[in-house]
Amino acid sequence: MKPQSNRFMSMQEMVGFAILALLIFVIFPLILDPFRLNLFGKYLTYAFVALGLVLCWGAGGILSLGQGVFFGLGGYCMAMFLKLEASTPENTKIQSTPGIPDFMDWNQLTELPFWWQPFHSFTFTVIAVVLVPVIFAFIIGVAMFRRRVGGVYFAIITQAIAAIMTILIIGQQGYTGGVNGITDLRTLMGWDIRTDEAKNILYFVNGGLLFACLFAAQYIRRSKLGRILIAMRDQEDRVRFSGYDVADFKTFVFCAGAAFAAIGGAMFTLQVGFMSPSFVGIVPSIEMVIFCAVGGRLSILGAVYGALVVNWAKTTFSESFPELWLLGLGALFIAVVLAFPKGLAGLYDDFIAPRVKPLFDKLRSKSNSKDADFVGAPAE
Amino acid sequence: MNYVNPNFVLMVEGLTVSFDGFKAVNDLSFYVEPNECRVIIGPNGAGKTTVLDLICGRTKATEGSVKFKGQELLKMREDQIVHAGVGRKFQTPSVYEDLTVFENLEISYPKGHGVFGALAFKRDLEVIERIEQITQTIFLTDALDEKAAYLSHGQKQWLEIGMLLIQDPELLMLDEPVAGMSVAERKKTAELLNRIIQDRSVIVIEHDMKFVEDIATRVTVLHQGQILSEGTMEHVQADPKVVEVYLGH
Amino acid sequence: MFADYSSQELLAIFAMQGFAGLILFSVFVLMALGLAIIFGQMGVINMAHGEFMILGAYVTYMLSNFFEAYLPDLFGIYFFIAMICAFIASGALGLFVEWALIRHLYKRPLDTLLATWGLSLILQQIYRSVFGAREVGVTIPDWMMGSLPLTDMIEVPINGIFVMVLAVSISIAVYLMMFRSSWGKQVRAVVQNRVMAGAVGINTEWTDRLTFGIGCGVAGVAGSAFTMIGSTGPTAGQLYIVDTFLVVVFGGAASLLGTIASAFSISQAQSIMEFFLSGSMAKVLTLLTVVGILMIRPQGLFALKLRK
Repeated sequence: MKPQSNRFMSMQEMVGFAILALLIFVIFPLILDPFRLNLFGKYLTYAFVALGLVLCWGAGGILSLGQGVFFGLGGYCMAMFLKLEASTPENTKIQSTPGIPDFMDWNQLTELPFWWQPFHSFTFTVIAVVLVPVIFAFIIGVAMFRRRVGGVYFAIITQAIAAIMTILIIGQQGYTGGVNGITDLRTLMGWDIRTDEAKNILYFVNGGLLFACLFAAQYIRRSKLGRILIAMRDQEDRVRFSGYDVADFKTFVFCAGAAFAAIGGAMFTLQVGFMSPSFVGIVPSIEMVIFCAVGGRLSILGAVYGALVVNWAKTTFSESFPELWLLGLGALFIAVVLAFPKGLAGLYDDFIAPRVKPLFDKLRSKSNSKDADFVGAPAE
Repeated sequence: MNYVNPNFVLMVEGLTVSFDGFKAVNDLSFYVEPNECRVIIGPNGAGKTTVLDLICGRTKATEGSVKFKGQELLKMREDQIVHAGVGRKFQTPSVYEDLTVFENLEISYPKGHGVFGALAFKRDLEVIERIEQITQTIFLTDALDEKAAYLSHGQKQWLEIGMLLIQDPELLMLDEPVAGMSVAERKKTAELLNRIIQDRSVIVIEHDMKFVEDIATRVTVLHQGQILSEGTMEHVQADPKVVEVYLGH
Repeated sequence: MFADYSSQELLAIFAMQGFAGLILFSVFVLMALGLAIIFGQMGVINMAHGEFMILGAYVTYMLSNFFEAYLPDLFGIYFFIAMICAFIASGALGLFVEWALIRHLYKRPLDTLLATWGLSLILQQIYRSVFGAREVGVTIPDWMMGSLPLTDMIEVPINGIFVMVLAVSISIAVYLMMFRSSWGKQVRAVVQNRVMAGAVGINTEWTDRLTFGIGCGVAGVAGSAFTMIGSTGPTAGQLYIVDTFLVVVFGGAASLLGTIASAFSISQAQSIMEFFLSGSMAKVLTLLTVVGILMIRPQGLFALKLRK
């Protein structure tokens, strides 16, 4: 008997990826008007966060209630670049200090703070979008996981960090734009991002980046590291005594989650045109967890659907019945925990997968007749 | 007593751990020679498991020293101790239930243990052959693709022993390897252990006296965190202090 | 910065600031006590803890209106009745929530966290629908208004003293209940070894439910006490929840003394820093310090070293 195959993707997963690609790159652009498409692009930026949570929480058992911080850091880095570009001396000549962002001027700053300076460079910004949140996550991860803080304590501390971050951003409004955030962003290296055409292009860039992240997540899950994460979730001690430094692995997956969230945040800023502390704090951070939970905390494709479904529902309900939305969201939290702990992906596994599986088996036995070793290998 | 042999694999000296004043292990010293099979026995709460926990870094010692081939283990992390060559089996079988037998063994394979090593790890022929060889030794060839959750209690114990074998440690520590097994499984396990303890040092905690007699080179009797008696099985069995502790309770 | 003040004035400022810190301390203690029972003793994360407090506050608000309108003669003592009603209301809701939600999740602490967050959203929306989105305040009885002059420069508000007294007495009551009564022993037995506790004849299900209910009841009393020093809105509970969890975790989850000590240090740190910095920076620095210390000492200030 040969051990099971260790391919990058099973046939079922390939079909799943293909369907999602079709949906994002063909169907949505065809059926949605530019405004709605932009809205769906915004929803998809949350899918990055949910994807990171699938790795951290679903696979690794680390629940972070501070993903908004990484989303926000990525978004703010991008917003700082765009804001500097929008604040040319001509555009801001009515200010008492022209050439600095408007909110700085309102707060009596007369000079651009030194840590804003490098954000004049687009290259630096792109690197910072990923690196700043990752370094931050790395510091938190090393400090906590080395001391073996996990479970609910990790959740509470990351939540506290989200709270601190929001208070800090709101309190330091001269440097951060305060509660309004960084607004009135116009161009990306001279390219107006507010036109429908630009938004359309950004939507596709966003989709492409999302797929890059999905492939990265699939690679991580498929590698031995992915199996170590599962092993760690079940038997952390045993992993240690198999000679692994558990803290390193947790830190890695936490940083990976932060990097995904940050890319999502940066794309959010580009597509929506501003960034504010309301995407950083406790409430948005925990809502990001529910995107992941609704999609199915173990499924990377589920994360995308979860983000889409919850956000679409949020828009729909809060447009027409704002009171109902909060009740519905609360009920969703409870239902997904009590009744559907595996989320949409679990429903798919229970009801749809058994029906389509014979189909796949048939397909496989045809196409794999040469490659007999893999016949009968578990589909997962 | 020949306590000055420089070739000891493991030298435990003055080992003490206290939990809020309660000394679970108190000023313990013992020495393990190459290829020795040392069995630790003692009544419940004597501190047997705690001793193994201290050696493999699961519990931090309050005082003392544990030297493995001259390296001080007390200053090392668990994974570093494993890489130094110490393997540990837990009392209750601890395997990864969500993974298959193959994957369980693969994780224990001594390669790709860093984060990026694990990302780049390839399941090549060498790995597959080694794992198949181990599964034969531990009677699990037929269960290679089975999830570990579906194994019987005895099979889980074997799997965990297999996970240690694939690490190929120089010092193997086993905590009650036959506890909770059926008679047939127990016999098979004894056979398995007898085979794998040949070319390494082993520390075993066990209650089954017959089993102890079969495998022990030397026996250490622990009582209230201290050594009550040490020597060959006959020597220990004849020791009046041991008789009193075991029968006096 | 102190040059403009005389030494006497400085002393007065510090005394007043210290007293403000003591009121904050009482508030923290009141908030944290219920959580110390639910989280510290049972290990359940209840993110809706703040909403249980707010329920107590709204009960007090309703009774204050009721007494003002119908029983003005008894208005002086309505607050004590309100506290009892707040305890009963929040406690009853707690019993129900344990039965409907928590008991299914004892083995999944992270899921409890999410489910109770959902609960908190639902409760917030209910409060908003019933009481409106605006903050409401209660009418404070005359005897609680005004302040007590200690010296000619130092004055302490009476409602502050009242909240402090309340914090102390509820702490003592919780201590007696958890660590001196046979019921407390049962709770701790259930937490430490559920199966064994069941085997020796403790009704573990009922113990859990009652513990959770009492924790929520204490939260209700805390909410009731809050109305004496501030107003109440539907989302007020959410503002406190992070602080409250940090207080309990910082103190060492299972230690009541730890909870009180950590409430003291956090509140004093915050109110002293508030004097030198802006309010938000004081808060940031306090929280950062707490998080930093927790990273170095994750078990909290007071924790036992246990044999695994």
